[in-house]
This record gives sequence, structure tokens and C-alpha cells, in this order.
Amino acid sequence: MVLAEVRPGHEQPLRDVLAQMNSGPGQADPGNRLLPFGRFESLHFARFAILDDTTHADLAAHGVTPAALPTYLAFFGDCDGPAEAQLDEFVRVAQGGLLEVFTHCVDCPAGSALAAWLRARNLPVAAAYANWTGRTARRVREERAIAEALGRRVQALGTTGSGQLQAVRQQLVDFVAAERREGRLLVTPDPPTPAGWQLRNLGNIIAIPLIGLVALPFLLLYSPLFVWQLRRRELADPEIVPAPDVDHVAELATFEDRGVTNAFTALGSVKPGRFRRNLVTVLVALLDYAARHVYGRGHLTRVQTIHFARWVFIDDKQRLLFASNYDGILESYMDDFINKVAWGLNLVFSNGVGYPRTKWLVAEGARNSQAFKNYLRRHQVANSVWYKASAGLTAMDLARHTRIREGLERSTMSDRDIEDWLRSM
Amino acid sequence: MSDAIDFSDVQGLLRFGYKHHTESAFALLRVRNRAAARAWLASTPVATAAINSGPLPPTALQVAFSAEGLRELGLSPQVLSEFAPEFVAGLGTDPNRSRRLGDVGSNDPAHWQWGGPAAEQVPHVLVMAYALPGHLNRYAFELESHWGVAFELMRWLQTSDMGGVEPFGFTDGVSQPEIDWSRTIAAEDKDRLAYGNLACLGEFLLGYPNEYGRYTARPLLDPVGTAAALLPRAEDAPDRADLGRNGSYLVLRTLRQDVPGFWRFLDAQAGGDAAERRRLAESMVGRRMDGQPLVPPAASTIAGVGTEAKARARNGFTFDDDAAGLRCPVGAHIRRANPRNADLPVDTQGLISRAVRMLGLDSAVLHADAVASVRFHRVLRRGREYGERLSPAQALTMAPSAETGLQFICLCADLARQFEFVQGAWIAGTKFAALPHEGDPLLGNRLPAPDEPDTARFTMPREGCPSRVITGMPQFVDVVGGAYFFLPGLRALRYLATA
Repeated sequence: MVLAEVRPGHEQPLRDVLAQMNSGPGQADPGNRLLPFGRFESLHFARFAILDDTTHADLAAHGVTPAALPTYLAFFGDCDGPAEAQLDEFVRVAQGGLLEVFTHCVDCPAGSALAAWLRARNLPVAAAYANWTGRTARRVREERAIAEALGRRVQALGTTGSGQLQAVRQQLVDFVAAERREGRLLVTPDPPTPAGWQLRNLGNIIAIPLIGLVALPFLLLYSPLFVWQLRRRELADPEIVPAPDVDHVAELATFEDRGVTNAFTALGSVKPGRFRRNLVTVLVALLDYAARHVYGRGHLTRVQTIHFARWVFIDDKQRLLFASNYDGILESYMDDFINKVAWGLNLVFSNGVGYPRTKWLVAEGARNSQAFKNYLRRHQVANSVWYKASAGLTAMDLARHTRIREGLERSTMSDRDIEDWLRSM
Repeated sequence: MSDAIDFSDVQGLLRFGYKHHTESAFALLRVRNRAAARAWLASTPVATAAINSGPLPPTALQVAFSAEGLRELGLSPQVLSEFAPEFVAGLGTDPNRSRRLGDVGSNDPAHWQWGGPAAEQVPHVLVMAYALPGHLNRYAFELESHWGVAFELMRWLQTSDMGGVEPFGFTDGVSQPEIDWSRTIAAEDKDRLAYGNLACLGEFLLGYPNEYGRYTARPLLDPVGTAAALLPRAEDAPDRADLGRNGSYLVLRTLRQDVPGFWRFLDAQAGGDAAERRRLAESMVGRRMDGQPLVPPAASTIAGVGTEAKARARNGFTFDDDAAGLRCPVGAHIRRANPRNADLPVDTQGLISRAVRMLGLDSAVLHADAVASVRFHRVLRRGREYGERLSPAQALTMAPSAETGLQFICLCADLARQFEFVQGAWIAGTKFAALPHEGDPLLGNRLPAPDEPDTARFTMPREGCPSRVITGMPQFVDVVGGAYFFLPGLRALRYLATA
């Protein structure tokens, strides 16, 4: 995530430039003149957001004078491979357009120094979730084409008699094979995962539990103190959950529900003090571990509507930014949070200033549904530009397409599985 | 805390459907003179939820207000802003809301007969008149005669008695949540592992704990030395007067139904076969025309359905044994409106199973878990049909003499979480329960989303072969009017008329 400080007084011109990328409110035109997102083959999502922090003053409720923080322009996306490579490609293709944008930021260089400048402002992501680890943007496009071709083929078949399921599947497998020979459908093999990545991944899988194991005796010793520290704060921390400003909500809503997927960006201050700072650091690291190694096959806990999500600390962990791409209306996204995974939200976000009161770090909090919705809306930031490559498809559509493609590749399938497979088309 | 409910402070509609009062009409009024309007409201008897012995009263009257109406009656902007933001903004005034609810294209409020975005289109007061057969005309005339100075009559929304059948010919209003009037459900936040039909009082009446064990936000006033002293005190803030208590939000939408269009399309799909035509229609609805569901009753009893055989047959079911939608298509109207599930996937038993499913690690149930926790998304329906009823056979050959449809009415305590969620996410949403791309078969607007070329489809899963997909579905129902109202408790009504 590139974070660049906006030059004082340049917020409005910056908004005007960003708006030029859009075909509708907040919706990027894939072929826009400044940064033609549609030309980047490994890009799933991208966005620009001006991080106007309207809730930073809430810190005063903790008796802390909020530090003056700059307004940032955040530019980030979800791509295959390393972020730096994607940044370099952006600059290669659209240096002029990017300069028109970033010239409104402090210290933006002229010309070819831009790539290095962007790299220098690329912040580490504290936790990242991808709906399907390793599913490339190319794979998404190819699977979509296969699923749509098979869908048409299957409808043309109409009903099939009993006992014909194996034959029907063979027909469909042959059909796709023929289409592939003709070059009308593609199944490009994934490029090999770089050995370095594999190694780092393995290291990460082992390292976190290992650290946990080593730290366990100390954690056990510390736990009574921790419980006391936590409960003391949970009972005293101020809850700041007034109804969000009507105009703010109206602005956010203008950008929403223009398609089947929406983009969510929110910003909040971490509660002051070492305890919360350390706690949220550990919990976000664990979240990252779970997102990487436990989930990543179509769901994050019970929630199956998130394509990508990220948690990024900014300003030396004074603030935490959360961003996601989710399917459906915000009300159903929030209700998924509240009804399916309130405990998980509480773990991380209860370390944020004003969050609804939690109990033992996991209970209550988001379950105070109206307070939570107010909190969320108040902390939400409007995205100036948002791009999605897989137009019209939800995360569950993508998973369905993957299952359809996998069904072609399996050597055998039971009649029962073929039935489910056909129904998914 | 769990005081018994005072039925005499609740408008009757929350408890009764007024089924014996088969005649009804709903007046949309605009305040002409505040003092006269208040005087009429203060003096007009409003039917309550209390049960009186003796014969049924020949008429019953209910009163509700739009946010604009409360403003016109003189409610302070401060107090008004403490009502739900959806109510304050209104149903037909915000393009973002319209987009979310599917009110676009021919459903666009700009085309509405009433309730559209122009200020003069929004009614202030809704007066609902119910009458025993033969009594309505005189009653309506009598009401009108009192309004002259106080109100301008925008229009009467007429209704007609179709004998419990909606214009397409299906038995309507079969499934309703059972309200926990006696407050047997503890006010606590606890997972429910089985689908139930008994709903917390606070899901429908403001001022009581909802399914989360919390009180939905509503205006709480300072009772000292003001007219607010006559209001009930808030259970969750005993030093405050509760303007919301015993009240509810009422959604009214005029839904015009294209009965000939519906049956002619299905007749063409069925190749003229009457039985097949009916079967297709029943698949879209999810019930047979007589109201029987397409799935058999559940083996175990469902709380809040009752033990009576008829009730169990009609409402004592879930879709747990029909995950693929072979009996009742996943996209069928009744399945979208109420997916009948619990907080965790079916058959969650024991601590380990619970933990595994809470973490989303039981891949076998994930697909069915796309939609969960319906208990937070129920509405109480009180709609009435209007126009002329045609049988399916008649609809194939003739057009009705007048517009036909449903005055859709529903009640809930949280507009965003209940009505707007069901309408936006489940009815208008084209990705309900992971369906590829189709809206509600009856109510869908069929419009292509910017990124979805075709939503005019309906998928019917079949045993042993690919699903049947009906394509090219026309729009059968248009929204032609609507507004959000607040249906106050009786004391709140008196407060609004005098404060």
C-alpha cells in the first residue's frame, strides 16, 4: 500500500484528478487515460482513497491530545506476485498519469524517479487475506470463460436420462478439450511458485507456533496480570458510537452498490498506551497467520463474501487501516460480521478508540449491533477510485468456477459428484 | 424489568390482521392545518391490541406518520433525528437507497403514483380504515367529512378482498413470525442452534429487547415538566420517556402485479400445458397455490409454529433437507424472503462441532452457510390486495379491468436490519445464497446490473441432471408507490397530537 502525504491545499485538485479515472461515482473506468487498470493482467483490485481522518479527535476521550497528522493519499491493490513488481509495471505503463496524481503529494519527484519514490512509500501489510491463495487473475479469467461456455453447453443439453451422467461428463470434458485445441478456451499452467516465497511461507508456518511455544511459560506467568490489565481497560475505555453524520453516510452510499461487489476502507486510532499497542500487534500477526495458513480456500472463518482484505498500521501504529472488497450490500456485510464473526472483529478492533465495549476481548462488542454499525460507518473513508477486474462475479462465483474447472481435471467422479458439478454450471 | 405488555397502548395491527374486517382502505393525507390535524388525532379513537369481549367493532382505525408528517405536526428536529435514519430519510427520496432496494428502472420512485422524490408526493399521515363487510363506504365518508380543514387527502389506496389469495392466485400471508407477547424469551445474546418462528417482542415493537437482547435506538425524551411525562418510561433508561415504546415502523409499498403477463409467460414456457404452467409458478413461489410448501414438515417441532396440524403442515418446515433446492428451488420467493435457518449450520451439536463451525472449518456446510441467522431479518406482513382478481385461465385470455396488485405492508423495529435487508440482500440481490445471477422470480426488476448483463433468469435444480434455467423472464411486479411510516403507541400518539 502506497501512502503519500497530500500537499496542503491540494486535496481538492487531487480529488478532481482522481475523478477523471472514473466512469461512475468512485467506479474506475478500466481504460481510463491516467491509469488504465484493465491493461494490467495480474491485477484483481485497486483503489485510491484520500484518508481524511474524521475520528482522530476521539482520542481526546482518553485524555490524550490528538497529534496533528497529515492527510494521506492511499493507493493500493491486490495483484499476483510481489507488490513492487506491480508498482513498477504501473509506472512503466502509466508514468504520466501517475505523475498527474502524485504531483499533489509532498515531494513527488519528476519523471523516472517515480518508481523508486512509490516503492519507498509502500508500507508493509500487517495482515492480508486472499479469498483463494494462489488463484491468479489470469486463472480467474480462464475459469470464467470455461464456466460460461459449459453453462451454455449444459443448457443446450437439456435433461439427461438416468445412468447417463458419466457419459455427459465425458462429453463436457471432450468439449472443453476441443475448445482448448482450437484456442478458444485456455488453461494456462500456473507459473511455478518462486522457491524464495515457498521457503518464506514455510518459515512463517513454523515460526509463529514456535515463538508461541517458546513464549508459553512466560505467557502463562503473565496471564493473571494480562486479565487484570485487560478487564480494567475494557470496563473503563470510552465507547464512542454516535449515529454517523447523515452527509458522510450519503457520500459513502453514493459509491456503493454499483455492482455486485463493494469496496470498504476504514481508518481508526489505536487506543493510547503500550498495552493496547502491543496487544493489537500480536493479534494482527496471529490474524495474518490464520488468513495465510488456515483460510484462503474461499472463506475467512464463516465469511465467504470477501475477495481480499488487509490490515495496515500507519503513523507508527498510531492508526490502523482496514480495507476489503466484499460482495453484496453493506448491511449484509456488517450483519455477516456481527452474526458470524463478531468474536474475530472484537479481537482486533476493540483495540481501536471508541469501539463498542467488549468483554474478555471476544464477547459483546460487535454484537451490540447498532453501536457497531455506527462505529463502522463513522470510521469508513470514501474511496475516490475503485477498480475490480472480475466484473459481475462474487467470491462465491469464483469458487464455483474453480470447482467447475477442477471437475474437468479429475480422473474419475461419482454420479453424485457429477450431479452437483452439473448443477453448479 | 420484564413488565407485561400494555396492549391498550399498542395499535391493533401489530397483533391482528383484521381478517374479519375484509373491507379496508388507506388514506394518504397531508397536513393542511397543524392545530386542526392535532385536534383530529387527539380525538379520533384508534383501535388497540387489547382484546375486548363482545361483538367485533364494525370499524377499526390505525394511524401512522411519515418523518415529514412528524415534522409538520411540530415534532422538534432533534427528536426526529433520533428515529431510524432510514425513516427520517424516507423510502422514495434517496437514489442510493432506491438502487440498493431494486427500486430502479420501472420501479424508480420518479415514476411512482405516490411517495416519489418530490416533496408534495410524500404523505404526512397514513390513516388505515378497516371495516366489516358493508361498512367501509360510510365509514370512509364519515372520516373524510372531518378532515376538511386539517388535511388534504392525497388519495385513498383501495383494497379488495380476494379471500386470502394474492392476484397471481396464491394463498398469501401464510408465514408470519410469532411474536413473543408474554416475554418468555430472556433478554440475552445467545446463539440459536435451531430455526424458530418465535420472535422477540423488540423485533417488532420499539422499547423492548430485540434478538440481540438489546434495545433498538429510538427517541428518548426528558419527561420532567413536559408533555413527554405522559409517555411510558424507557425500560433501558428509566429516567427517560420512551417515544418509541409500543410503536413500530410500517413500510407501505404499492406493488402492481402483471397477472396476464405472469401467466402468459409461464404458459409459453410450459408449451400450453396447464399442469406444467402451474408447477412452474409454484416453483417460483415455493408453495403450491393452496399455500402448502414444496418441502415436507420438519420431523421436530419448530418453536412458534404451533402444534395444530394445519399450521405445522404450512409453516413447520425448514429447507435443511433440501440444500440443493431439488424440491423448492433455492431462488424461490419464499426461500429468499425467509431462508428458515439458525445461527450455525444445521446439526451443530457439541462443543467441538460448534467451535469447528464457528471457525468456518467444516467445509461440508459452508455452502449452505452463505445465508444464516434469519431471526435478525424477519418482518410482520399486513398487506392487502387491490384490484380485480383473475384466475390463471382467465389471465391467459383477458386483461383485468383495472390495475391489480398488493398494498404491501410490513412492520419491524429496525428498518435497516429487517425490511431493507430482506428487500435489498435477499429479494433484489442477484447473488442470493450463491446463485449465479438472478433476482426474486416474482419481484425481481430483471435489470442488468452495470457489471451483470443478465439477471432475468430462474434456476430450478433437478434430480440427476443439470438445472433447468428459465431465461428471459419479464418483470411481473412494478413498485408504483411507497413510504416509511412510524406507527406509534397510543400514548405516543397522544403526545404527538398535543406536545
